[in-house]
Amino acid sequence: MLPPLTHEEILRYSRHLLIPEVGLRGQQKLKASSVLVIGTGGLGSPVALYLAAAGVGRIGLVDYDVVDASNLQRQIIHGTSTLGMRKVESARRRMLDLNPDIEVVVYDEPFTSENAMRIAADYDVIVDGTDNFPTRYLSNDVAVFLGKPNVYASIFRFDGQVSVFYAKEGPCYRCLFPAPPPPGLVPSCAEGGVLGVLPGTIGSIQATETLKLLLGIGEPLIGRLLLYNALDMSFDFVELKKNPNCRVCGPNADIKELIDYEEFCGVPGHDREEGSAGAGWDIAPTELAERLQNNGILLLDVREPHELEISRLPGAVNIPLGQLAARLSELDSAREMVVFCKAGTRSARALELLVSAGFRKVKNLKGGINAWAREVDPSLPIY
Amino acid sequence: MPSIKIPTPLRYYTDQKAEVTVRGQTVAEAMEHLIEQYPTLRTHLYNGDGQLRPFVNLFLNKTNIRELQGLETPLKEDDQLLLIPSIAGGAQ
Repeated sequence: MLPPLTHEEILRYSRHLLIPEVGLRGQQKLKASSVLVIGTGGLGSPVALYLAAAGVGRIGLVDYDVVDASNLQRQIIHGTSTLGMRKVESARRRMLDLNPDIEVVVYDEPFTSENAMRIAADYDVIVDGTDNFPTRYLSNDVAVFLGKPNVYASIFRFDGQVSVFYAKEGPCYRCLFPAPPPPGLVPSCAEGGVLGVLPGTIGSIQATETLKLLLGIGEPLIGRLLLYNALDMSFDFVELKKNPNCRVCGPNADIKELIDYEEFCGVPGHDREEGSAGAGWDIAPTELAERLQNNGILLLDVREPHELEISRLPGAVNIPLGQLAARLSELDSAREMVVFCKAGTRSARALELLVSAGFRKVKNLKGGINAWAREVDPSLPIY
Repeated sequence: MPSIKIPTPLRYYTDQKAEVTVRGQTVAEAMEHLIEQYPTLRTHLYNGDGQLRPFVNLFLNKTNIRELQGLETPLKEDDQLLLIPSIAGGAQ
């Protein structure tokens, strides 16, 4: 039995009711359906907004973060008035303003192996709008184990990938990517940047696929991967097949329950100890400021040249991380050195590289030049 | 000649080139010619024993080479190879 629509709802959804593929019955289906959106960031913003506007009856939001000023370049569900607010609460307010007739359920916590099955069990479709590999593998495996479709998308700078992974009818994420890249090989958006409108384009496609699945119309992206590039303005499609060796959905699958995804990926999914090179290898900005009084310390900036236009430390030598391995001969291993980048992630990798090349007197500026700007020199901008 | 389309994350290693023309009778030879032109790509594409890394997919036209003859898949003049690495971004 599908729920009836009120007169107000009929007016609100008039443009849907006019499309024969949706119609009154389709709109009732949307009202009766539920979607879990994992992440309320770049992708989650347009997904949650459009699903709310479309009248999906119950929408769950999982996020543990707070709204930060650097989010607003692309995370359009949040606003200046909700800076500092829990993201799920900020998103819920905006969605209910757009459509007070829906129910928004918030999970103000990280999506983990402990809570994922319980949270996702209540929803028809899972939308993967996360920003890290552990949570992506977790969302995939949860969807496979619960027999639900996982509407996947991922973005980087100008590139987007979208697919619907639904193991009952086609391949899953692991069929395509059996294992994640080693930590550090693929930069995140926080390090590599992303064109603000890119998640708008890609998230809107995710929302489209979600609505098609709920309505049972059209040809979903099951078994196809869409590759979008904003600079070339190209849309490429490739065909995906089930991988017979898939460890979660193949005939000889050996992963039968959720695993430790942080261990599997070698990186934290939600632990915010970023910008650190680990015990003994870090130097705090204030300590560096004191040590610099005595000179002799070489500052190595491993950011890209265009980032130097935003902020720089006087006297620092710039060798972008990607060139470091080839330019080690330019550095004196006998000299004390402090490596830094924007927030400490790239410099931690640079430090690993330097140590493995025999450098011993190296430290990582914890939290990068942004932490320096916060703690030592407020005249520098934070980006 | 066949070409290989390079996704943004890997363009860092190809002087920002989006598409590279290559020589070769097979996918392996074409990839070898790509790496000859851009040597730093090798560690990003292959693991120690010469296998494509598990987070890198190579599609010939629309089909994963895994479903063809893998790296030994023969290439025609106008074939297009597409490199698809896993990317994680979305929320941040």
